Amino acid sequence: MGELAQLSDDALIERLQRAAFTYLTQYANPENGLVADTSRSGSPCSIAVVGFALSCYPAAVENGWLSRADAASRTLRTLRFFSQSSQANRPDATGYKGFYYHFLDMQTGQRVWQCELSLVDTALLIAGIITAASYFEGGGDEAEIRALADALYRRVDWHWAQYGTQTVSQGWKPECGFLHYGWEGYNEATILYVLGLGSPTFPLTPSGYESWGLTYQWENLVDNDVLYSGPLFTHLFSHAWIDFRGIRDAFMREKRSDYFENTKGTIAVHREYGERNPNDFKGYSRNFWGVTAGDGPSEQELRLDGRDQRFFGYMSRGVPYGPDDGTIAPWAMLATLPFDADAALAGTRHLLEAYPQVCIEDRFSSGFNPTLPMDGKGWLSEGWYGLDQGLLVMMIENHRSGLIWEVFRKSPYVQAGLRRAGFEGGWLQP
Amino acid sequence: MIESPSAPKAKPNNEDVFLQRVRPVIWRNPVPRSVYDFAILGAGPAGIAAAESAARLGFTVALIEKNRIGGNSLNSGSVPSKAIIKTARIYSTLREAEAFGAPVLSAPPLDFDKVMKRMRWIRTRISQHHSVDKLAALGVDVFFGAARFENADTFLIGHTKLRFKKALVATGARPKSPDIPGLDDIGYRTSATIFEMNELPRRLAVIGGGPIGCEMAQAFCRLGSHVTIVQNDSKFLPREERDAAEILSRSMARDGVEIRLNTTVVGAHAAKDSKALETINNDIQSDIEADEILLSIGRVPNVEELGLHMAGITFDHEQGLKIDDFLRTTNSNVYAAGDVCMALKFTNAAQATGRMAVRNALSSGQERQSQLKIPWCTYCDPEIAHVGLHVWEARQQSIPIKSFTVMMHDVDRAITDGLDAGFVKIHVEEGTDKILGATIVASRASELINEMSVIMSAGIGMDELANVAHTYPAESGAILLAAFAYVRDQPISGKE
Repeated sequence: MGELAQLSDDALIERLQRAAFTYLTQYANPENGLVADTSRSGSPCSIAVVGFALSCYPAAVENGWLSRADAASRTLRTLRFFSQSSQANRPDATGYKGFYYHFLDMQTGQRVWQCELSLVDTALLIAGIITAASYFEGGGDEAEIRALADALYRRVDWHWAQYGTQTVSQGWKPECGFLHYGWEGYNEATILYVLGLGSPTFPLTPSGYESWGLTYQWENLVDNDVLYSGPLFTHLFSHAWIDFRGIRDAFMREKRSDYFENTKGTIAVHREYGERNPNDFKGYSRNFWGVTAGDGPSEQELRLDGRDQRFFGYMSRGVPYGPDDGTIAPWAMLATLPFDADAALAGTRHLLEAYPQVCIEDRFSSGFNPTLPMDGKGWLSEGWYGLDQGLLVMMIENHRSGLIWEVFRKSPYVQAGLRRAGFEGGWLQP
Repeated sequence: MIESPSAPKAKPNNEDVFLQRVRPVIWRNPVPRSVYDFAILGAGPAGIAAAESAARLGFTVALIEKNRIGGNSLNSGSVPSKAIIKTARIYSTLREAEAFGAPVLSAPPLDFDKVMKRMRWIRTRISQHHSVDKLAALGVDVFFGAARFENADTFLIGHTKLRFKKALVATGARPKSPDIPGLDDIGYRTSATIFEMNELPRRLAVIGGGPIGCEMAQAFCRLGSHVTIVQNDSKFLPREERDAAEILSRSMARDGVEIRLNTTVVGAHAAKDSKALETINNDIQSDIEADEILLSIGRVPNVEELGLHMAGITFDHEQGLKIDDFLRTTNSNVYAAGDVCMALKFTNAAQATGRMAVRNALSSGQERQSQLKIPWCTYCDPEIAHVGLHVWEARQQSIPIKSFTVMMHDVDRAITDGLDAGFVKIHVEEGTDKILGATIVASRASELINEMSVIMSAGIGMDELANVAHTYPAESGAILLAAFAYVRDQPISGKE
């Protein structure tokens, strides 16, 4: 851990946050504001990472890492790009019906990899756009930011994404239409429903959120009552923007809990799973956890200690039902700071001490697997992923100042969406 | 009834014995009584259960079967598939022996002929339990031949009329036919014909990720076939919880099954020395080449050519006979049971409804099929079993529900045996200790789920369950651990 070990908790957190933020500027195209999915050469833009970047610029301003004018300028260039780029039922457009393709060419902004028009990634982008509109309250560039943000949000046809069903599809492709798998069980899509329900133009029907809730599983897992979802990130993404403390929808009123408390409970489950380490993976402990979506060693099967062990590539891993191949996301523990600071710091410090290679240039890699024997150090994901860095900046900021939560909750669209989803109480109280 | 006037001295071969029990080659139908108390169409699990039950109650019973006694379950379903699955498990275990400290043995080449012979021998052995002889000995008049309703109280078997006071239709179901262009031309197998194969296919393509498709995909993969399974959905076993289905999916992948989810078979054609399925996944088209194709896309009720309209019985080609909660058809003297009318097309559901129909039809019973607690199981490795309500069903009914989950990797016996994949979930109505259902994924979930069935039928709650001693160590310890979790979850009442 070296130098980092000597830092106080506050200094350590700030240093890691700033390093994570610099990813978003270092790997951005300054012309159009698009941000690369990963630091790897040739990586396209991920629209979700752009959403995180837009949300992080205000934090950078408040921390003195960017001037307000610089942040506004970056934001404006991004919004202008999305406002002016092609929205059409064409395979090389940037988006359609106000949604955007998951991955875009960093220079042209056109769809790449024949990827899907992604509903949840568009929601993360729109969340960033709304954060920007709420933060930049001045005139000039800031006024244009607000106008463009409003137009971009109003343009999204959320209702179309329900394609006549109760719940939303995960995506759409011009080649084959809607992808025929929906959301089942609790996951990161709460932000999608809130933004979709809040729309003044093409809102989701409220019954869609209720229908999704019928698939929720309330479980007692290792003595914790939790709304189950396996991958840790599903308990974090919506929380990066929405302060769920004290506000409850119908489901959480029934369970006398809230989604913030639920994430705390989930962290306890993940830590206990790390401690029990049922698959005997190297490293796992109460201070080594963070099984979630992220990069992995790639599809392979090895004979280790007389048994076959499968490893996976980039995928969504989960606890306790799996899949789990011994890979954790090194950034994930620190991203839980707002929920359980002691657990987050204890885990992060242990990780930095035992496996310093997971943090290069003060940025955490996407995946680490000490079980897979490679150079005696375990497998480590190459470079960095933008989603990880953006989420980390936001979660640390929420822990330090609550800035993103405060800014996002000011949006009348967000408040309307939450209320239409049935949320009441707490800061939503009139 | 069995004609064997000149039985050979030599030991009859297995297949002859089997046929002698389920469909004797030489057979003369009995002369019908003037009228039967109870006439049953179909001698599968529902029909047999009903016939035995009615005969034991002293009623005159006629049992009519078009093909073989035992139905799909014995001839081409539960029994043969479990025999094959057992061999596949052993073959798989051999490969894992090293992890248990056993010497590394190279798995011997599979003798598929022996595997199938064993399956047929098992089928013969089990066939004795409900053979024609046994049924006749109970006083059941067994008729072979195609039958149909002539009118509301008469069956016609060929030219023979068979009158009844009450009747039961239990004609079962058959594999659903495909709607895939070209598939008929290149040929395929179903659960009815897969066990007639004489050699292990080098490549097997399975269409459909329901219970039979998954069971056979994993079993044949473990036996040595290269198996590809195609499912037109985002998960296998659509009736099961996502976690359960995903554990199975990973288990099959670990075995080497090539998995194609969200994939539709849109056509088929002959390829060089093989068969090819044309598939589409979202917008990506690809072919799957195979030596054999197993079609397993569901079952449809056998309602054709029964003259149901002559008896005033309403039916549907997808749902089967229309019945009320007492298993009565739209002809108040005719009942139905088993696959021909039930959504749950399982042997145990057929047997249970067969017996219930007898009690309702002949003993003035008022038992409701909606009250039946039918556990079911998919016999993959690990097995996936369920009884009672699913969580989503409870939530649709606005019942507050909480699942107490114990992972098998926390169960001592599962750990000692190296069989720690899966979980036990007991679904409880919140605010009470009432058990609404259970889902179990475990090596022997088919056995564990029966404890949950008994517990639920007896009305035992979580509190009481926590006080029931179990053997130690045992996989069923997971059920006890779930009850302990429930007790720990309750508020502690203060001492006086």
